[in-house]
Formats: sequence, structure tokens, C-alpha cells
Amino acid sequence: MSEETAQTRTIAVDLVARVEGEGALRITVKGDAVQDVELRIFEPPRFFEAFLQGRHYEEVPDIVARICGICPVAYQMSAVHALEQIFGIRVEGALRDLRRLIYCGEWIESHALHVYMLQAPDFLGYESGIAMAKDHAAMVTRGLRLKKAGNAIMTLLGGRSVHPVSVKVGGFSRVPLRRELEGLKDELLWARDAAVETVRWVAGFDYPEFSPDYNYVALRHPDEYPFNEGQIIASSGLQLTVNEFEEHFTEHQVAYSTALHCALHGSPYLVGPLARVNLNREHLTPLAKQVLADQEIALPLRNPFHGIIARSIEILYALEESLRLIEWYEPPPVPAAPITVRPGIGMACTEAPRGILYHRYEVDGDGIVREAKIVPPTSQNQSRIEQDLRLYMPRLLSLPEKEAALACERVIRCYDPCISCATHFLNLEIKRESGT
Amino acid sequence: MRGDDAVGLLAARRLRQDLGDRAEVIEAEMAGVDIVEFMKGVRVGILIDAARSRQRPGTIHRLDASTGPIAVGMFPSSSHALGVSEALELARVLGVLPKTVIVYGIEVGHTEAGQPLSPQVAKALDEVVSVVIQECDACHA
Repeated sequence: MSEETAQTRTIAVDLVARVEGEGALRITVKGDAVQDVELRIFEPPRFFEAFLQGRHYEEVPDIVARICGICPVAYQMSAVHALEQIFGIRVEGALRDLRRLIYCGEWIESHALHVYMLQAPDFLGYESGIAMAKDHAAMVTRGLRLKKAGNAIMTLLGGRSVHPVSVKVGGFSRVPLRRELEGLKDELLWARDAAVETVRWVAGFDYPEFSPDYNYVALRHPDEYPFNEGQIIASSGLQLTVNEFEEHFTEHQVAYSTALHCALHGSPYLVGPLARVNLNREHLTPLAKQVLADQEIALPLRNPFHGIIARSIEILYALEESLRLIEWYEPPPVPAAPITVRPGIGMACTEAPRGILYHRYEVDGDGIVREAKIVPPTSQNQSRIEQDLRLYMPRLLSLPEKEAALACERVIRCYDPCISCATHFLNLEIKRESGT
Repeated sequence: MRGDDAVGLLAARRLRQDLGDRAEVIEAEMAGVDIVEFMKGVRVGILIDAARSRQRPGTIHRLDASTGPIAVGMFPSSSHALGVSEALELARVLGVLPKTVIVYGIEVGHTEAGQPLSPQVAKALDEVVSVVIQECDACHA
């Protein structure tokens, strides 16, 4: 659709975009200058914070799992760790390992879906994963089987692959038998090899030259690649505990979006696989490091389009970690640590597939949630996405509108944004104002 | 449960009870691309989902996906939860679509969280369950 006046030119493109949630992008261009970039989000998951008020703490993991169909474990993990901080519990041993394992399952399924079905079509020149499947059926079949391997871990540990039900404060409602976990091994071994092939595959894509100056933010643990624990660090040198999050990261409203934007000391920053890989590269496995070296991929990765490489490496990491955890597994004596309720405030940050996910809860002496705060990764990346589009847009100005719009979408998809789980299209509008 | 949006899951639960081992019943909540997996090795696939096409709540759509695509707009899709229509097309492209695939879409009214089915949709649920049982029995005849 195109409307033209003497002063302005507005182009609106309705398209089914491979991003999650209800949103729109409006870019205003004046002459050769990008005036404004607004990523509008209409339905963020934040109303869940109000939903949680007045609910018993035991209900929290099941409620927050409903925020997202693709990363429910992340919401559950941030929630249980924050609540356990209040109750003075630290989950260790096999229960801790099982939490890492279920998180591996989520990363595998989420990343495999994004790599194969959502972002690969951008590099291979297809409008969708279905269109790509016509010419690359073997690749898509491999991607779906990889995703299924992640699903299998989540189903075994969580009771089902979507909105798992067994995660609880203190541990799980049920833990697997050793032979149940061993039953996953053959498929995970296949998946590990497929993950190596995935890294090689995406390493061969053509990437546009684009390297913004990012401030990467991720968790960092002294001994392991981060899932549930660690300090928050930034490439700018910042290092803080999770409890200090709100002193440094502030959310603010923008008029055009119902989602809050989060900034670090007032500036955009980047969370997600690219940030994680760059800030935790020494904790990658020897095989992951070797595959990267074989492909002559040097870390840190500075191009947002290389997010697909970071995701592929994390699929490989998560599969190797899953196999290690299964190998070492001895069922814990009890499926969950006993809880003694006490009032207080607790915070936790875990690494969702798309980046750090912060939760804070205040509960009273009866275990009732009085306040909840949730800062999802996509909210944190919003300003960074807008900044990337500002930087990327000038090279698109000479393109026909449709091509420019598709190129903007490709930039947005680098972030695998999960805006919400409501309706599902992006309305992209480029407004051109005549230069003065 | 989100009001009428739960109609597919409720149908699956009723059918599991009524059909016993005469059919495999899967509650595929937000299944997306996983539908492709469910299709593998199946001779006749029947999918039941909430639909929205601006018709009267409780309207039952019976769509045959065996030989060609069904309307995309009726079953909302997204990247992370591919809609029924797209998932079936992906299965078709990958060569795993069953010979016969029927999709029942039940037109929803309200979809607010925590609400029960509206009376019109509850009635449609009864009807679809009854018809699907007949279709399953016909497959075994």
C-alpha cells in the first residue's frame, strides 16, 4: 500500500513475519536521513505481573510457564530461583543438574526452530521455512528432528514439551529414573552430530557486512556455560550480582509501545546467544571450539546476522551438556527440597534462549505473592533492535520499498524476538518525508 | 484455559475417553511444526482446533487438507507456533502428510483466560466429537 503527498511518502507493508507476537515497525525517513525508528509492541507478557499478585508461590511456576510457548522453562527457572532466594534454599546436586538439563532441552528446541525455520530462509532466499523445505527437505527434516530432541528432554523432565508442569520451587514434582534418561541418549548422540553439521551449514551462508558497537550482557559463571546462575557481566566491564540488576538496568515507557524498554545506564545493550557466546567462550566444549576453528570462525562475533552461528553453537553445547548430565545422573533422594515459607523479596536471572530473564518477587508470611516484576529478554533488546535498524537503514534507502521492508525484517529476526504469544504479524511502515 | 480457545483440547480429551484404543489421540497444545512429526506414519489424520473467520461462534468448518491447502487465515499462526494450515503444508512438502487429512475448525467467540466454553461452542464440541467418532468408526469398517 502506498500513499503519496507532496511532502511525505508512507509505505505500509502487511506481512506475515517470522517473529513472535503482535508488533509493528515504523521508520521515518527524511531525505537520506533516518529520522525515527519505532518498534511498536502491543501485547507484551507483562500483565502476568498483575496476574501473579495474590497467588500462592506454589502456583507461580505453572502461571509463568504460560507467558511463552517457546521458552516456558526460562520463566519457570527464573521464578523458582527467585522464590528459593526468599526461602533461603539452594538447590544442589542432581536437582541442579536436572534444571540445567531441562534448560538444555529448551535451548535446543527454541534455537533449532529459529535456525532452520525462521532465519535460514533469509540467507537462502526463501520467503518461509515451508518454501525452503521444497528445495531443502533434508535440511528442514534435520532441523525438525533436532527440535524434537529438545522436546524429548522437556517432555521427560517437564511432563510435556509445552508449558511443562513438573517444575516446582525446591525441585521437581517428579524426577526421572536413570534408565529413562538413558533412553534419550541415542537420539541425543545423533543430534550432537547434526548440530556439528548445523554449524558447518550456517557458517557457509553469505552475511552482510554489519558490525555495530554492542555492549553485550550475559550471565557468567566461573565454572560453566551459564543457565541458572552467575553474575551479570557486560562487555563494557560491568560486573554485578543479580540482586543489583535494578540499580543498573532501568525500564522506561515509550509512547508508541505498550512494552517497556530496558536500558543499561540509559543506553541500549544486547542480550542473547551472541552476547552469551562472546562473554562465555572459554566455557564452550572442546568440540564446539574445534568446530568453530575448523570453520575459521573467530570469537567474539560482532555481526548481529551471526546470531544464527551463535545459536547453532549453543545447540551443540546444549547437546553435549545434556549427554554429560545424563551420563553422571544419579536420582536425587527427594524430588524437591522441603520449603519453609518466610516473607521476603527475592531476585533471579537466568539465560532464556533469547537472553537474560530477570524476575523479582515479594511474598508475605503465608507465601502469597505481593509483587512480581519480570523483565524479558526481548524487552531488553528492543532499543538495540531500533538502534540496529537506524544504522542499517541508510544502505536500504535506494531499494524499492518492499525490498527495504524485507531487509528490515531480516535485521529484526536476527534477535529472534518473542514479543508475545498473542497474534502474529508485523505491520511494517516506512514513512518517507521529503528532505529540506 | 482461554475460553472457547480450549475447544480443541477438550475435544481431544473427550475423544480419548470415547475412542479408547480405536485411535491415537494427541493433545497438541501449541504444536506448530511438531504437527509434522505427529503426521508421520499416519493413514488418516483428523485435527480439531479453534478457528476464527468472523462467523457465528459455534460454526463448524470441515476442511479437507488431503489434496490441497486449507485457508491460512482461519487458524492463526506465528513463527514459534506455526498454524495448523502451515504445519500441514510443511508436512505435505516433506512428504509425510497422511493420505486423508480432515481439519475441524470450530468458530470461537470469547477467548479470555479462565473462562469456560460459551454455550454455542460447547454445543459444537458435542457435535464434532460425535461426528469424529463416526469418521473413526468408518475408517475401521
